[in-house]
Amino acid sequence: MRLVFLFKGVWAVLAALVVGAFLVVLAGADPLAAYGALFSGAFFDYYGLASTLVRMSPLLLAGLAVIVPLRAGLFNIGGEGQIYIGALAGTVAALYLPEALPAALRLPLIVLSGALGGALWALIPALLKAYRGINEIITSLLLSYVAIYLVGAVIHVWLMEPGAPYPYSREVPYDVLLPVFLPRTEAHAGILIALTCAVVLGIVLRRTTLGQSITVVGHNPAAASYAGINVKRLILTSFAIGGAMAGLAGTFEVIGLKYRLFDHFSPGYGLQGIIVAFLASLSPLLAIVAAFFLAGLQAGAGAMQRAVGVDTTMVEALQGLIVLFVAVGLAFRYRPGRTAGKPPAGAPAAAVPETAAKSAEG
Amino acid sequence: MFDFVFDAAQFGEFLATGLRLSMPLIFAAMGGLLCERAGVFNIALEGQLLLGAFGAALGAHLTGMAGGGVAVALVFGAASGLGLALLGVTLRVNQIVVGIAVILFAIGFTSFMSRVAFEGGGNSLRLDGFRPIDIPILSDIPVIGPVLFAQDLLFYLMLAVVAAIQIVLFRTGLGLSIRAVGESPATADAAGVPVFTLRYGVIVAGSMIASLGGAYIVLSQVFLFSDNMSAGKGFIGLAAIVLGRWNPVLALLACLLFGLFDAFQLRLQFQSPDMPFQVFAALPYVISIMALVGLIGRAQPPAAVGRPYDREMR
Amino acid sequence: MSGRADRPAPRLALEGITKRFGGFTANDAVDLSVEEGSVHAILGENGAGKSTLMNIIYGLYQPDGGRIRVRGETVRINTPRQALALGIGMVHQHFKQVPTMTVTENVILGLPGARLDLAGHGARIRALAETLGFEIDPHEQLWHLPVGAQQRVEILKLLYREADLLIFDEPTSVLTPSEVGPFFELLRKLKQSGRTVVLITHKLDEVMGMADRVSVMRHGRKVADVETCETDQRALARLMVGRDIVVDISAGEGHVGETVLELRDLQVIGARGVTAVDGLSLAVRAGEIVGLAGVDGNGQRELAEAIAGLCPVRGGSIAIRGTSLDGVSPDRRRRRFRLGYVPEDRQRTGLDLDSSIAFNMALRSYRHPPFSRLGWMRFGAIAAHAERLARRYDVRMRSLSQRVRDLSGGNQQKIILAREIDADPDVLVVSQPTKGLDVGAIEFVQKTLLAARERGCAILYISTELEDLLQVADRVAVVFRGRIVGEMPRGAAQAERLGLMMAGHAGTVQGEAA
Repeated sequence: MRLVFLFKGVWAVLAALVVGAFLVVLAGADPLAAYGALFSGAFFDYYGLASTLVRMSPLLLAGLAVIVPLRAGLFNIGGEGQIYIGALAGTVAALYLPEALPAALRLPLIVLSGALGGALWALIPALLKAYRGINEIITSLLLSYVAIYLVGAVIHVWLMEPGAPYPYSREVPYDVLLPVFLPRTEAHAGILIALTCAVVLGIVLRRTTLGQSITVVGHNPAAASYAGINVKRLILTSFAIGGAMAGLAGTFEVIGLKYRLFDHFSPGYGLQGIIVAFLASLSPLLAIVAAFFLAGLQAGAGAMQRAVGVDTTMVEALQGLIVLFVAVGLAFRYRPGRTAGKPPAGAPAAAVPETAAKSAEG
Repeated sequence: MFDFVFDAAQFGEFLATGLRLSMPLIFAAMGGLLCERAGVFNIALEGQLLLGAFGAALGAHLTGMAGGGVAVALVFGAASGLGLALLGVTLRVNQIVVGIAVILFAIGFTSFMSRVAFEGGGNSLRLDGFRPIDIPILSDIPVIGPVLFAQDLLFYLMLAVVAAIQIVLFRTGLGLSIRAVGESPATADAAGVPVFTLRYGVIVAGSMIASLGGAYIVLSQVFLFSDNMSAGKGFIGLAAIVLGRWNPVLALLACLLFGLFDAFQLRLQFQSPDMPFQVFAALPYVISIMALVGLIGRAQPPAAVGRPYDREMR
Repeated sequence: MSGRADRPAPRLALEGITKRFGGFTANDAVDLSVEEGSVHAILGENGAGKSTLMNIIYGLYQPDGGRIRVRGETVRINTPRQALALGIGMVHQHFKQVPTMTVTENVILGLPGARLDLAGHGARIRALAETLGFEIDPHEQLWHLPVGAQQRVEILKLLYREADLLIFDEPTSVLTPSEVGPFFELLRKLKQSGRTVVLITHKLDEVMGMADRVSVMRHGRKVADVETCETDQRALARLMVGRDIVVDISAGEGHVGETVLELRDLQVIGARGVTAVDGLSLAVRAGEIVGLAGVDGNGQRELAEAIAGLCPVRGGSIAIRGTSLDGVSPDRRRRRFRLGYVPEDRQRTGLDLDSSIAFNMALRSYRHPPFSRLGWMRFGAIAAHAERLARRYDVRMRSLSQRVRDLSGGNQQKIILAREIDADPDVLVVSQPTKGLDVGAIEFVQKTLLAARERGCAILYISTELEDLLQVADRVAVVFRGRIVGEMPRGAAQAERLGLMMAGHAGTVQGEAA
């Protein structure tokens, strides 16, 4: 019985696939053929698998950007903006760090400045939340639009490749590009760093005092201040960690994949990170699985379109259904010795912290 | 930069543009405000705008009439509201989680369905939308006339919605019950108010109102559907609710402020071709955030917002 | 069932009512019969299941078994609305009111009628109040009113709906001693006018003074039904607790040392921006328990939080052993100044209900050795510590990894006390430590505090329960509107004089402005 609930995400995915099948039929195709093409294109093909991994990197990092603050009861839905600012910071570092410095020194600096850029952008809603009580959901999302326009303007004014038909930056130097670890593919080292981040954060949340403090704030901020935790500082910390993850996602897209900073380069990884987080029940380790799966859907979409003619946006609808069914699944919790009428109490791995409701205030 | 203020025709046009741009915000804000007054945090407004927009495009495309678009938009809005209520009220899933889920669903669902439903995609649509109705005599008043009395049906519907919400909330027993449910559902329950029924009704009504905002974008502004065309307007609407301190008329004014500012930045964009347009395009979002930051005093939301009600919770 | 033909069916009868919360049985096959026009007391300790039973009658909870009869007819009560339609109304211990709404709005809430005729309703409410012998401004917002007046609004709310069976849940627990008399006067008026009253209480004198008949509950069961004229307090007490109550808390004289905690002219701003603590001065010496009595909401919460460092101080000073705590973090107060704090709201502040028992035992120290080192948690050390405390303080649980949420109130309080006292504090601020606990748990709390006193701890004991306070405090100070209005040593302290001071006057009695 317990297992059934532990793998709630699996049920959400299955339900979404069933409903999605009807959408495929609506689009005039055979669902089995569509899914067959989708999954074989994503997971059972060397190049497909590589492209799944390539997409997994930003999805996983964007998922972590949601998970860490949400474990403290705060919704960071502005990952998209943090991805853009992180990419901008990383690109500027890549373009302007003196080439006299060895690449082995510049590369870590680029990665760090990307993380820093994302973290600083995430600190804006966190500061507003901690010191002015302003709803972080509204501000973090609106800041995403600001970030996207800001990046566009900066490319336009400073970074633009001369004569480019639409805004994109000059190419970053070859010596700071992330190495590829699967031959003849685009699978770059950023993927491995993303995986490392997930494992490290998993350990931090479970085994360190910081992780415990995040959990307590997520459960109950009043008890957290009573416990001596500086709740305001913890809000900033959790957002900064989240923003840094998103910033890495953006930077890796530049130095790992596209070699330039493009205007509007992210297809909504920030928001998709929320799906990853929910599907993974806020566990950084499960987020690896969730991100891998969603990345597979996206990578296989093209194969599906070629095979059965169903538009690639079918996968977006599928993602929407998954997150909807995850929400439905939250209503059914495994609670030993409790009747359905008793108050739901969020265990961190199973649900969103109680304080999330309080985010609604202010 | 501000010369246009002194030119009646230009100023009138500026006001009219601002008003048009604020319309989706107003519908979103009114829908969200109604829900929050009953203690439900409807963060899904963004998704409901999008569903409303898609519904409007679909309805207008199928029936060939703008009215058909509104009808389908309302159906989509109501359906999203029912989903929200089922999950957030009956099953007591965290309202923010549910809201975000609805937004993400709406984004994916509409972008796929628009490709299934409209040959060549939503962008290729040339829908028959609403046309302005000139109210005789009044519409001839200089400056204000064309702004207020030469608008389309949805504008007058918006006025009716705002007035209705204001009156219901503060002048009727039903409104008293709604406000009490938002402040203290246990109190309302003990006084015999049907808390669950009321929240269901309010969420569905609010979601339908919000979907009208999407219908307005499609049927009165652009006459086509494009992916993610709500572009954060639902969240600006949420900001307007806070800025308007949960009062319908004040929230309406907040939306107008945002809309006029949007019109202003469009003028600036037009007047300063040397500046990158993004600098101006980001301004409406910046202003919404600044409005929240600069809010004088602390605006108090209804006390029970965001909390599911559980009678047997001890 | 009491099938005598000459007697009318009781106003309300319960037959075999059972209610379970998960594995816990709150009501176990309870029978109850309330006669028309009587005052019927339900007596029982905290946690005996009285409130659960009443919530079932009022349609807030659904029973898992049993029947409800109203004037002989079996009914189902699914909602408070249905209860009100049957003439049943309830005044909850924590009033069900919207503080930001007016008296009229609170009273008419939920009544049918499309138009909001506030003036008309207001006039009728004023008239109804006058028939009961008190005045009320129907357009005043609730939070401006004193608690006694808020309670009268609750009664008006029920009478305005023509309820004639009124259930009161611990009605005197929120009142100042001087408000209790007028309240009982009002109850008598209600009875004289033919209404039926159900009085839920754990206070024996109220039962003997007011009730015609009393049903005693213990551990979810009804253990007795007696006429008050045929019993006495001692017998009722034995029925309620299940044994003779022997108050063997021998406080005795402590060895009072030098001043440890000193508050001087303290000012603290509370919620809604009002000055909650307003020029309060108080000193607590080593080996001494100073009781701080007062009606709820007179700045006690803000005072306790200010001392603990959880609420900013506007003016004045807090010092421990002569060193000001100005700008000292809560964590340093605990570690450096050895300040322990048992907060008033144990569920919302004192514990992380969703974490384990073991973790909660280390809630305020896990960021320091031995429970963590260099930022790494040492769960082994936490478990060992918790194991020791759980044994010493007799915490009843299934395992240390059990969530605190699932424990009883008494056991939750034990965890907090164990944690705070085990840290061997020099100063201990204890807020409402006995609230909601049964006699056994209260005794445990009191003894634990006395033991801490014997070790030389300076204890500030804040409580609204005067009786509990008088059992252990060496001195009692009374707080009213954020100031100390009087202070007396235990020997001289009399409940009656303290009660007057709690209402804000040091000797002269004045009518309270509603």
